[in-house]
Amino acid sequence: MASDLVVEARGLTKYYGAQPVVNGIDIEVHRGECFGLLGPNGAGKTTTLRMLMGATPPSAGSLDVLGYPIPQQARRMRERLGVVPQQDNLDPDFTVLENLITYASYFGLRGPELDRRIAGLLDFAALEAKAGVSIGTLSGGMKRRLTLARALINDPELLILDEPTTGLDPQARQLIWQRLRALLGQGKTLILTTHYMEEAERLCDRLMIIDNGHVLVTGSPAELVRRHIEPHVVEIHGGGVEEWYDTIGRPLVQRGERSGETVFCYVNDERPLLDALSRRPELHFMHRRANLEDVFIKLTGKELREG
Amino acid sequence: MNFSLPVISVRWLPVWRRNLRVWRKLSGPALIGNFGEPLLYLLALGYGLGGFVGEVKGLPYIVFLASGIICASAMNTATFEGLYSAYTRMAVQNTWGGMLAAPLDIDDIVLGEIIWTATKSLISAIPILIVAAALGAVHGWGALWVLPVVFVTGLCFGAMALVITALAKSYDFFIYYFTLVITPLFLVSGVFFPLEGVPQAVQIGAQLLPLSHAVEIVRPLMTGQAPPAPALHLLVPLLYAGAAYWLATVLLRRRLMS
Ligand SMILES: Nc1ncnc2c1ncn2[C@@H]1O[C@H](COP(=O)(O)OP(=O)(O)O)[C@@H](O)[C@H]1O
Ligand SMILES: [Mg+2]
Repeated sequence: MASDLVVEARGLTKYYGAQPVVNGIDIEVHRGECFGLLGPNGAGKTTTLRMLMGATPPSAGSLDVLGYPIPQQARRMRERLGVVPQQDNLDPDFTVLENLITYASYFGLRGPELDRRIAGLLDFAALEAKAGVSIGTLSGGMKRRLTLARALINDPELLILDEPTTGLDPQARQLIWQRLRALLGQGKTLILTTHYMEEAERLCDRLMIIDNGHVLVTGSPAELVRRHIEPHVVEIHGGGVEEWYDTIGRPLVQRGERSGETVFCYVNDERPLLDALSRRPELHFMHRRANLEDVFIKLTGKELREG
Repeated sequence: MNFSLPVISVRWLPVWRRNLRVWRKLSGPALIGNFGEPLLYLLALGYGLGGFVGEVKGLPYIVFLASGIICASAMNTATFEGLYSAYTRMAVQNTWGGMLAAPLDIDDIVLGEIIWTATKSLISAIPILIVAAALGAVHGWGALWVLPVVFVTGLCFGAMALVITALAKSYDFFIYYFTLVITPLFLVSGVFFPLEGVPQAVQIGAQLLPLSHAVEIVRPLMTGQAPPAPALHLLVPLLYAGAAYWLATVLLRRRLMS
């Protein structure tokens, strides 16, 4: 295995009963990059991450993480891994500080070196003022930051984060993004899942979109937008939009999709479409550059996946 | 399914220490409350009932009762900890999930939890021993040998409880275990009354069960006598502990690694 590869998975597969939940996926994650795993609810993201950390054995395929064969040597690998799980599992009976000390004990860490590290992590997580406070009184954002600090207790090379910002308000999310960027600056490798395309676009060097346990596409966010979607999107709504689209709009667009009252037009050249729209003042429209979300919706479909 | 024997390593220690830390924080300050219940039982039953029954097997009833209650309390405490508290850590707080993301394995967690349940048994037995001593139901320092027996009893019932926890879908499941296993065991193991009076079949059955053997050792120890064949009597709860330790590990590997 090339030393630059932190994760190397070939044909990774997981069955629950007769159902393949992860179906023969290949993953390569390079040292120092931020790798994003995207997909609708139930796509197999968490299951994939659980296989990477050795929490569940793959049904088939080969897997190396940090140079260790998984699951055979998962425990040794985890000495160098940090995990932020999808569901917080902080110890509710403990204070912030006790949570960190207790988690450190699972790694066999103690003493003055640990005290220094914990002081640094409280600072990093902006929780110095909360060290003696019990978990129940923390906000969602603080809990998430504490979980992140806890995942860093062993100064890991690789960090696995399962939906690190789901359910957080924009300020709390921004703060987590800042911290994740700082970790990338320190040379750590990050693997994360997210539902927020703008989060993936901002943080990730490379992405993989999966659905039903299959890989749909892999590449950098810019690459995926370039390769898989027309560069311009015009969203149109208003009275008579359907009829207008069927008679006038359709020939002017490369691809159109209806979603409720709105028609999404994907075009290589937006000018003819905008000209046509300027003659119909009753139609409201918004023109923007195509983004990752458009790619995601195109590949995984518009229907709702309840969680 | 992975049926291999549990891997034994010192990694159980941080699991045990985490539980101790929680206990010290939440229950430690209330330790004094642990004296109340045994005091009430020993006073009410020991003197109240003892006034009617007089001596049992050559012992004042309060002495007979104190040794039984110590063993029953060891069983109940370890069972409760291995069911409700362990289930909370496994399925509600996901404490074990956190440990499994660190370099700990399920085998380490199971061992740490079983030793913790036995520790809780010790914590419950010590106040009873002190109360019994204060009431004159204990003869000499030799009674401290009761504590290792209590610990083994805790290992046995804690491990059995973890087997149930590994199979449980909710807390409700545990009622059946108490009703079908723990309570009958409590009644046929010579805690409140000697088994001579009960049918032969029950007596033989009780010999196959772990609690009566603990009682058999603890009772002479409390009265300053050497227990007959202590190794043999310890062997039964130890066998139960070993088998349940292995089974709990196998079942929890299946449940948590799926
Ligand atoms: N332990 C399990 N047993 C059975 N099915 C499971 C288990 N874990 C996950 N699944 C199923 O596998 C699929 C993928 O789940 P998951 O990996 O959690 O998806 P995601 O994280 O992408 O939302 C879902 O259909 C889920 O119900
Ligand atoms: Mg998930």
